[in-house]
Amino acid sequence: MSATTPRTHRFANGLRRALTSRLAAALTYPHGVDRYLEQFAPTASLTEVRAEVVAIRHQTDDSVTLSLRPNGNWQGFRAGQYVRLTVEIDGVRRTRCYSPANSVHATDGLIELTAKTHAGGFVSKFLKQRLTVGTTVGLSQAEGRFALPDARPARVLLISGGSGITPVMAMLRTLTDEGFAGPISFLHYSNAAKDQIYAAELAGIAAMFPNLQLLRGYAEPNQGGELEGLFCRAHLNAVPDFADAEAFLCGPPGMMKAVQKLWADEGIGERLHLEHFSAAPAVLADSANAEGDVRFIRSERLAQNSGATLLDQAEAAGLKPESGCRMGICHACTCRKASGRVRDIRTGEISDAGEADIQICISVPVGTVTLDL
Amino acid sequence: MTAIQNNTFSSLTPAQFAAIGADLDAIRNRVRTDLGQRDADYIHNIVKRQRQFEVAGRVMMMIPPTWPLGVAALSVSKILDNMEIGHNVMHGQYDWMGEPALNSKHFEWDSADTSKNWKITHNYEHHTFTNVLNKDHDIGYGLLRMSEDQKWEPRFLANIPLTVLLHTFFQHFVAVQNLKLEEVLVYKTKSTAQLKEEFKPVWAKLKKQLKKDYVYFPALAGPLAPLVLVGNAAANLARNVWACAVIFNGHFPEDVEQFPESVVENETRGQWYVRQLLGSANFSGGRLMHIMSGNLSFQIEHHLFPDLPAHRYAEIAPEVRAICEKHGLPYKTGSFLRQSISTWKRIAKLSLPSGRSGKVSQRAANEEALAPLAMAA
Repeated sequence: MSATTPRTHRFANGLRRALTSRLAAALTYPHGVDRYLEQFAPTASLTEVRAEVVAIRHQTDDSVTLSLRPNGNWQGFRAGQYVRLTVEIDGVRRTRCYSPANSVHATDGLIELTAKTHAGGFVSKFLKQRLTVGTTVGLSQAEGRFALPDARPARVLLISGGSGITPVMAMLRTLTDEGFAGPISFLHYSNAAKDQIYAAELAGIAAMFPNLQLLRGYAEPNQGGELEGLFCRAHLNAVPDFADAEAFLCGPPGMMKAVQKLWADEGIGERLHLEHFSAAPAVLADSANAEGDVRFIRSERLAQNSGATLLDQAEAAGLKPESGCRMGICHACTCRKASGRVRDIRTGEISDAGEADIQICISVPVGTVTLDL
Repeated sequence: MTAIQNNTFSSLTPAQFAAIGADLDAIRNRVRTDLGQRDADYIHNIVKRQRQFEVAGRVMMMIPPTWPLGVAALSVSKILDNMEIGHNVMHGQYDWMGEPALNSKHFEWDSADTSKNWKITHNYEHHTFTNVLNKDHDIGYGLLRMSEDQKWEPRFLANIPLTVLLHTFFQHFVAVQNLKLEEVLVYKTKSTAQLKEEFKPVWAKLKKQLKKDYVYFPALAGPLAPLVLVGNAAANLARNVWACAVIFNGHFPEDVEQFPESVVENETRGQWYVRQLLGSANFSGGRLMHIMSGNLSFQIEHHLFPDLPAHRYAEIAPEVRAICEKHGLPYKTGSFLRQSISTWKRIAKLSLPSGRSGKVSQRAANEEALAPLAMAA
């Protein structure tokens, strides 16, 4: 620590107090202080979390890893939580959810996000192919209840598949940074060794921490993993005390379902903590017999119900509703349903017909629905 | 020269209206699908310039030798804020960007009028019922006599001084006009209590605007407070006069048409387009003129496509003009000076009692026979 730090700190605090004062608000009315600050420094803001992209690396052919330096509004995160990342693509702001994969104790102050590009992954493709170092991006504060408990469990089991590794990677790195002494088992599944993100980091940590049991499974044969094929009961033979562990799970829907079922069958469902990182497949079977209309009252548009989610249908009708994760977790797309029934595509649950706030990204209309959009 | 005597509108067949509508829709759809980075960069750049002009203007105003520059910079800033940014953003021209600060739902402008009231009277009423007597409450109607179909009253002798007054206090007239005082004073369709309720948000905003320009910034200048106060008043005046002049030129040159209320009944999209065309006029100028008028120099294109980013109007204007020629529709344009003179001539002429001159269309004659236009306030 240099001698100038407290002085710099005092100056920064004083500046912040001045800029958040009522006088500053009155002088910058009606736009507000932030709308002026951002013209001088793109990441500067009194309230919003923004970050500068400081490094981009490509762990695999189908992934991209970003290092972000957040501004002072970032309040940190709990290992396992996610953030909503906003980037401008062709003039349009797009928001998606990603889980930081770094340790919460990382001393460089950076947030590390890794995205896998997949077919139709508009934002992830942009991050992989077009994002450049130095770009300013928007962030939310960390959100989500999927996180390491503050009272660390005695026995930890981490299970992930594909890019679902990111939140559990944050958990693993956080625990090892803390010198966590209890046993950790990590089951990770991917298609092939060449597609596995964080492969080198995992191997490195495993070599340094004898309390980490690393079990890798690959869908393709002869990849040199400790496990064969997709998740199954037999894979837990290597973890005989799995029922005693707090288990943290994040992966593709099929895998999550298999793990959830096993934990439920064993009667230890309450020890399983999970995060969906991709929406359950939309109920397309219904599109053939979708009935009724979707009415967007504020924009005065009417569309025939296509059986897709209300968010998709709104966008297809040319509207730009706010949205984020598109999988029902971030609530950015929440909007008022004036009337009509909707089905939650995750649960199959059908709502009542009255007025309610609904998440349009996971709601499919059942008959005519009127939205305040 | 005025009103409903022109036959253009009534001489078109339904098929012609449909063809015009299809031609214009094609332009609109093409531009909408083409919106992207270029448009985002444009508006971001304008916002950046506006903020720079504002900060520079307010600072220079506090230094006596640069005071005139400061006034000029703040005037430019306020004009950009209200016109190329505020007016256009509130039309939803940039909603597709998904940027909260440039979203029509959230944007508030540096003007006395609240964005909420503005969006109702301007985006909805004025743009839907453009130049329809009694329905379009755009500035001018009510206070002034702007059409021969408005019955002359002695108070209209003050047409010209009132127009000058309107230019001077434009932002406050707009704010008050949106309260529709005539509904309380003349038609008695609104109670005083209701007016009081509606005035609350307007007053809340007005207060903040007045305090900012006439209390806080002068106070910051210490002993130079009077200088800043006068400078801010001058900048507000410059913005008022300019904005008012641009708007008057857009709808009041002598050859711009007005319509009876009956036209909006069962109006088709094609008919709506034609009414927008006939009810608006452009003025020519360079790039700077277009930016400073919020591209309302392309009032015709703006009225056809109010939610397309305004900087696109210059690009599509030749196509719109070609469509007008193809269908035999007038495309009214002239220099800023020519349109201004024409507007003031109209205001002057209508301050004196005058009946309808020239021949009246069958349609308008019927209109008069069936439901006389009651232009009261």
